[in-house]
Amino acid sequence: MGAHGPAKGLMRWVTTTNHKDIGTMYLWFSFAMFILGGAFAMIIRAELFQPGLQIVEPEFFNQMTTMHGLVMVFGAIMPSFVGLANWMIPMMIGAPDMALPRMNNLSFWILPPTFALLASTLFMEGGAPNFGWTFYAPLSTTYAPDTVTFFIFGVHLMGASSIMGSINIIATVVNMRAPGMTYMKMPMFVWTWLITAFLLVAVMPVLAGAVTMMLMDVHFGTSFFSAAGGGDPVLFQHIFWFFGHPEVYIIILPAFGVVSQIIPTFSRKPLFGYDSMVYATASIAFLSFIVWAHHMYTVGMPIAGELFFMYATMLIAVPTGVKVFNWITTMWKGAMTFETPMLFCIGFVFLFTVGGFTGVMLSLAPADFQYHDSYFVVAHFHYVMVAGAVFSMSAAVYYWLPKWCGKMYDETMGKAHFWISFIGFNLTFFPQHFLGLAGMPRRIPDYALQFTDFNTMSSIGAFIYGASQILFLFNVIRTIVAGKPTSEEKTWDGAEGLEWTVPTPAPYHTFTTPPDVK
Amino acid sequence: MADMQPDNQSTIDASVAKTVGKLSIVVVGMFAFVFVVMVPLYDVLCDALGINGKTSGERYQVVEVAVDTSREIRVQFVATNNDGMPWEFRPTESVVKVNPGAINSTVFYAKNPLPKDMVAQAIPSVSPSRAAEYFHKTECFCFNQQPLDGGAETDMPLQFIVDQDLPKDIKTITLSYTIFDVTAMVAPEAPVAVR
Repeated sequence: MGAHGPAKGLMRWVTTTNHKDIGTMYLWFSFAMFILGGAFAMIIRAELFQPGLQIVEPEFFNQMTTMHGLVMVFGAIMPSFVGLANWMIPMMIGAPDMALPRMNNLSFWILPPTFALLASTLFMEGGAPNFGWTFYAPLSTTYAPDTVTFFIFGVHLMGASSIMGSINIIATVVNMRAPGMTYMKMPMFVWTWLITAFLLVAVMPVLAGAVTMMLMDVHFGTSFFSAAGGGDPVLFQHIFWFFGHPEVYIIILPAFGVVSQIIPTFSRKPLFGYDSMVYATASIAFLSFIVWAHHMYTVGMPIAGELFFMYATMLIAVPTGVKVFNWITTMWKGAMTFETPMLFCIGFVFLFTVGGFTGVMLSLAPADFQYHDSYFVVAHFHYVMVAGAVFSMSAAVYYWLPKWCGKMYDETMGKAHFWISFIGFNLTFFPQHFLGLAGMPRRIPDYALQFTDFNTMSSIGAFIYGASQILFLFNVIRTIVAGKPTSEEKTWDGAEGLEWTVPTPAPYHTFTTPPDVK
Repeated sequence: MADMQPDNQSTIDASVAKTVGKLSIVVVGMFAFVFVVMVPLYDVLCDALGINGKTSGERYQVVEVAVDTSREIRVQFVATNNDGMPWEFRPTESVVKVNPGAINSTVFYAKNPLPKDMVAQAIPSVSPSRAAEYFHKTECFCFNQQPLDGGAETDMPLQFIVDQDLPKDIKTITLSYTIFDVTAMVAPEAPVAVR
């Protein structure tokens, strides 16, 4: 077949079935959502800059916390890693494209209308969903604004998109590997995504089930979650977290994969303990299914339940610890250099571990009664979501951007992005630990006076962190438009893997003939 | 890809189809799992373990036992109207002190303020939930649906026994009823024993 390029014009993007085009669209879409969700976060932090109600009404504040969570989880982080998977997995396993290119197109193009629908609720009467991203019943049923129906439809659509995306990834990895690319030779990023995709296939239908029950409670007179009708709101929490806990690993496992690609490159050593990394990832995925109720220690579970979920949760620290120590050991005595992707990865290892430790604190049922629904929880999950997922995503963009567009980003600006993010992030979220321990609840628009100083610090940090992402955007656009061209196949000295054997920039079609993997 | 290794390509297509088929079954299975396994399983577990304060739906068969006069348990009554339920509904006593093992009775007052005939169903819940399995009802208006003519009022009886085996640390039990309108759902002359 001829080496034909992409179609011309805008329709290229609408009708494309090329994994690189779709990956690019996913990445830009997720960045747009990152900015949107970030704007919501800025409103939250601006309101919390000082006590009292300054900028927004409490009702609108609740819509902001809800939309921030939804947009960041389902619109920014998840699609960004799907985009990365689209770009990298075929190139890493020596496949010409994804297994199901047309479905790939569909699963991307579902997303923009879905999030347009969700965002449009902000302008509707009654306002956007205001029940938190966890949408606990009865807040999301009996007391929900009318826009809850748009929300439910939106969740169904994004669930369908995720399921199709993950089926595609599994089908690609299982069937399209180049000859000689055995499972235990696959790059860690492919492994973590394969496991993530299985998690998605297993739990996205559960989320769909939960919102379907909500829909029926709201519109069709059932009482799944209404105690008055013989149902139980606690049932909602069980179903939600049966989805929700695997979901947090869905977010973080691909990040683990990215870090496992980048740290060996800049340490100029192979990844330490590859096999144990694979097994640790699989163990984390398995454990994620049996720990969901640690999110709900305070609902009145029997003591045996609390103990089971507590010990099972603490067990997750073991495979996670294996991974962290493997990364550190990979760096140990390596010929390390500190380019921007590596800085983000080291930042990831350090800050994710902090988030992991606060996670162990939260896993203790007796202690959790103090931390539950406080800012301590907010601090904890932002350490793992932002310093975990978002830092690793930034690292991935800097790492593979030269391969994608054949141009080099500005290293100084990249490093500035890292350091400003790092400082801004810690200034935002570290004080929130103290706020939570001192008793400040999450999701409130106003607070008692003694929380003022830490909140002010946190808000300033958030503005710094937000500004650093604009720098990131600028750096990426500048690279694409005016970056220093590079045509080295191996952008990075220590990089290993099939994606570094194709020309730079990566041609529209790669591995139309499968490579030989030794 | 068609012009390159066509045989190889068709085997790949076949195995992709197989993978997709298997995964689709998982997706449908997990969606069904929520409805046909998780919801009923949750109810079964709550019933079996007595958690969530769901009391037994059946009439308790009285067994003659000695009354434990060494301790007194406070039993509080709470009455709540479900959304849009217009009845006046309240306990006549808000709290009683009882000895474990003794048969006690009280009445709840209900009035239908509307001009139309209505049917109500009360759903009980016991707090703390651990106490649910030690709280026995020998007679309860919640066993049946309650029809009331327009404007009528009634006293609804409740007879209960607190089990002698109630854990010593439980000093207060709260029994809560939520009443709601089931007029539209059932014919008034066909009371069904629910709980």
